[in-house]
Amino acid sequence: MIHTSSTHSTSTFVSRTLCRYADTIFKYITLIAGLIILFILTAVTVFLLIQAAPAMVGDKNQTVWAIRSLSGGRTIHFWTYVGPLIFGTILTSFLALVCALFIALGVALFITQYAPRPLAFILSHVIDLLAAVPSVIFGLWGGLVLVPSTYPFWKWMNTYFGWIPLFSGQASNPPRTVATVSLVLTIMILPIICSMARDIFQQTPVLLKEAALGLGATQWEMIKLAVLPFGKKGVISAAMLGLGRALGETMAVLMILSPGDLYSWKLLVASQNQTIAANIAAQFPESDSAGVSVLIATGLVLFVITFLVNIAAHHLTGNAIHTKQKNNIRHPLCINKQFIRCSETD
Amino acid sequence: MQRNGLITSPIRSLRSRQYHDHAMTILIYSTACLALLPLIAILWSTISHGSTRFDWYFLTHNMKGVVGGLYPYGGVLNAILGTLLITITATLISVPIGLFTAIYMVEYAHGGVISTMISFLVDVMSGIPSIVAGLFAYALFSFFFGPGCINGFVGAVALSILMIPTVIRSCEQMLDIVPRDLREASYALGATKSRTIINIVLRSSLPGIVSGVLLAIARVIGETAPLLIASGSVSFTNLNLFNGRMSSLPVYVYNQYAEGMAVCSASARAAVHPCIPGIRMERAWAAALVLILIVLFLNLIGRFISHRFSVSHL
Amino acid sequence: MNQHHSQHLLRMILSCLIIFFTLSSAGCGQNLGNNIPSISLPKKQKDAVALSGNYSGAGASSQQSAIQTWIVGFNELQPAVNLSYDPSGSGAGVATFLNGANVWAGSDIPLNNEQLRNSETICHGHTAFDLPDYAAPIAITYNLSSYGLNAKHLHLTAQVIAEIFNGTITNWDSPQIKALNPSIASQLPDLSITPVWRSDKSGTTKNFEEYLAAAAPHDWTKTSSENWSYQAGQGAKGTSGVIQTVLQAEGTIGYADAAQVTSGLGIVAVHVGTNYVLPTDIATSNALSQSTILPSTTGRVIVSLPHTTTVANTYPIDLVSYAIACPVYTNNSKAEFVKQWLTYIDSVEGQDAAHMTSGSVPLSHNIRTKVMETIQSIRVVAS
Repeated sequence: MIHTSSTHSTSTFVSRTLCRYADTIFKYITLIAGLIILFILTAVTVFLLIQAAPAMVGDKNQTVWAIRSLSGGRTIHFWTYVGPLIFGTILTSFLALVCALFIALGVALFITQYAPRPLAFILSHVIDLLAAVPSVIFGLWGGLVLVPSTYPFWKWMNTYFGWIPLFSGQASNPPRTVATVSLVLTIMILPIICSMARDIFQQTPVLLKEAALGLGATQWEMIKLAVLPFGKKGVISAAMLGLGRALGETMAVLMILSPGDLYSWKLLVASQNQTIAANIAAQFPESDSAGVSVLIATGLVLFVITFLVNIAAHHLTGNAIHTKQKNNIRHPLCINKQFIRCSETD
Repeated sequence: MQRNGLITSPIRSLRSRQYHDHAMTILIYSTACLALLPLIAILWSTISHGSTRFDWYFLTHNMKGVVGGLYPYGGVLNAILGTLLITITATLISVPIGLFTAIYMVEYAHGGVISTMISFLVDVMSGIPSIVAGLFAYALFSFFFGPGCINGFVGAVALSILMIPTVIRSCEQMLDIVPRDLREASYALGATKSRTIINIVLRSSLPGIVSGVLLAIARVIGETAPLLIASGSVSFTNLNLFNGRMSSLPVYVYNQYAEGMAVCSASARAAVHPCIPGIRMERAWAAALVLILIVLFLNLIGRFISHRFSVSHL
Repeated sequence: MNQHHSQHLLRMILSCLIIFFTLSSAGCGQNLGNNIPSISLPKKQKDAVALSGNYSGAGASSQQSAIQTWIVGFNELQPAVNLSYDPSGSGAGVATFLNGANVWAGSDIPLNNEQLRNSETICHGHTAFDLPDYAAPIAITYNLSSYGLNAKHLHLTAQVIAEIFNGTITNWDSPQIKALNPSIASQLPDLSITPVWRSDKSGTTKNFEEYLAAAAPHDWTKTSSENWSYQAGQGAKGTSGVIQTVLQAEGTIGYADAAQVTSGLGIVAVHVGTNYVLPTDIATSNALSQSTILPSTTGRVIVSLPHTTTVANTYPIDLVSYAIACPVYTNNSKAEFVKQWLTYIDSVEGQDAAHMTSGSVPLSHNIRTKVMETIQSIRVVAS
């Protein structure tokens, strides 16, 4: 292991030069690997742009025909076609985020502040298992089990809360609506937000919490005063991560939602909205090359949206991601520091 | 309220504060219960529906020669093998790239400009929607090989785009926690930097890296959308990554769900080996069960490896 | 300790990998002992050239069940041939056929002019032909199970159907529906109608819309296309999506391949002439016999269905799906394969086999004659 030098034979001379350059070679291999990341991202943007270019600036006739065919004769302009899709994507994702955020925060607080150690251990692993379930199974379960059984609930919401524009209209039966899809998306992004929030809340300095308690705060007040403000930035970045996942979700939406192309707020009515990702998955198989380039152009729009969400997350959290304190994606087992050390001070 | 330079909160009675505290405690406890319900519901549905068709025959036969709801009912072997092949290829692509990038970020460019930039790019990459990754792989290969280039390798490329950020982040973390003293001791003994990294740093963080890779695999093994676009599906067992469509478990589940009920005449239904109209739903649930079991197994193995092999003292 | 642990770990990983690879190479998992009744297996012809190799097709998912049956049946004739069909959709299937990746394509609609022009490249100067190989009735299915109406077939005319599906008629107890069904008028509930349509591009949609446009031109004014034209009700992906949606709630009504309609759902009897007709095999067969074949000089057999027929016991809402191939090849075995394959799938035995497993209706004699003529014209030319 330890390199020793010798001046006696050519073989050692060769091995010496190799050793000298091995270091540089290794360094450049790692640098190239790092540059490959840059290259991959550029490649993603470039190739998507190439394929989408015909739709945006190419042969107008073919594109017009493709868009008319894809939109069922409704429109021939790309942005009129994508507009309702963008609206649907943002609507379902934000709804899911709002619902998931509160539940995830509640669970994270429960695990870190209220629960006894064994229960916290079990619960956090159970939540992680939920994160491991693939999205096609959520779609299968949502479409076959959830949809038929939630109609009474949506009917009840429609009857008593129908005066709110969100719940107006007539509740569709079967409820293959934005409401049901958002419910499934909530369940899907819940574990992501929860695991990051758990991590953050656990890092609250004990001194801060004890100071609050020492001044006579109740437990909830302590959480309000010490834990939540401390973890605010982390929670926001967790929320952004969950939002990013919801924006890109394809299978659950594809298998549950009855699609439409309107700018509609009515959550309980079917055939109002569609998301970009589900639209691509639904239309891609039957599309010819002009249609494919239109769909790839909509995929590019989705990529830009998730990119903007990422930038917003960076901005809101204010500090560079590369810190020891918090990462967007930590090694999954660093939660609760259960099995491995996660920092030098563990 | 501000009084003599002090900021005080509105004064509430102790009663009211305790009431709020109790209310919030109840709310928080109930969210914990609420969060458990979906998982239990999903696992219960998958196990109860999937166990109908989940048997040894199902696991060891493909769909070649299977017609509608008639006997023999076919199985999921081609999908399992396809998933294994595609995922292993994706791992072979992403682990070297991810590991070396993490080594670069931790060892050579710690805290520098390039490192921050790569870190940012990794974040952007982690936000790529899975279907966009599939579209990219399709676009890349159709640019070079003409439209309609759909095979297992294209799917593997799409999956590796989704895996790389996770691998980089976990490797970076594992390499980071190796104490500086170890490295310095190695340098003091005369080892070169590359030797130090390979023999000291990597070796001691190996369990964490392996478990991180396993968990990244568990994440992408369930991705459907990119494989729908990039790899398609076939009924027979295709083990050739570069030629022809390749089936995979999540796509199998989706296809069975999408194909719906089978047609069975009355006489076929009454035969010794009956024609089953709902066979495709049974296959979909059974394949979903297989998928969940594989994902849970990978998760458990990842945690086990980390627990058993991680170095507890450094 | 450290080294020991790492070596142990590496050994574990290696052994797992080895197990995986041995498992994967063990066995190809083929299913044996198919239950296809022997009566529908093809007659082996004495002078048929033996074939081998891999041939693939792609296209409409409507034919998928039938093609799965035909592949098994064809393998009885030619065991050394490996066939596969990718139900990627009519558009994608034709695209891969035109760039040579597939030998034949399945499509719910005949080739359009542009595709015909493009086919000249792959067919060595000649245009490709479309031959019908799959015909099935499109049933209009509804769910009113708790009102006891699923077993009774609702009587509806083309006009009322058009008004239901474009959202004009919104309730089950509306006067138009009651007038057509006097015997069960009192059982019709005060329940809103939810029309269910195909959200993906579909030949079923196109055929259904063509029927409505022909039989109820005043109520159905949009041009027929593969994408559903109206907004009322809910869209579902694929035939199974439509059936599932109709099954999941009451008050729904949708259109789908009759063979895929689950028993227990109601089926509409459509007004033809003086009577109401159900989508039975005989009624569909009658419709096929009465259909005209558009004249073509290039061997294309395009069926024009009798949507406005008044002949008794004819069911006018049908889906006809085509197989698309080249008339001219430079490769002898390819030409021979296409000839034998198309001969089999359009033969009496082939159509019967498909009928038994996928519920399609065998092609009528007039269509079959024309198809066989075109198949005979397949030939090989020097490259």
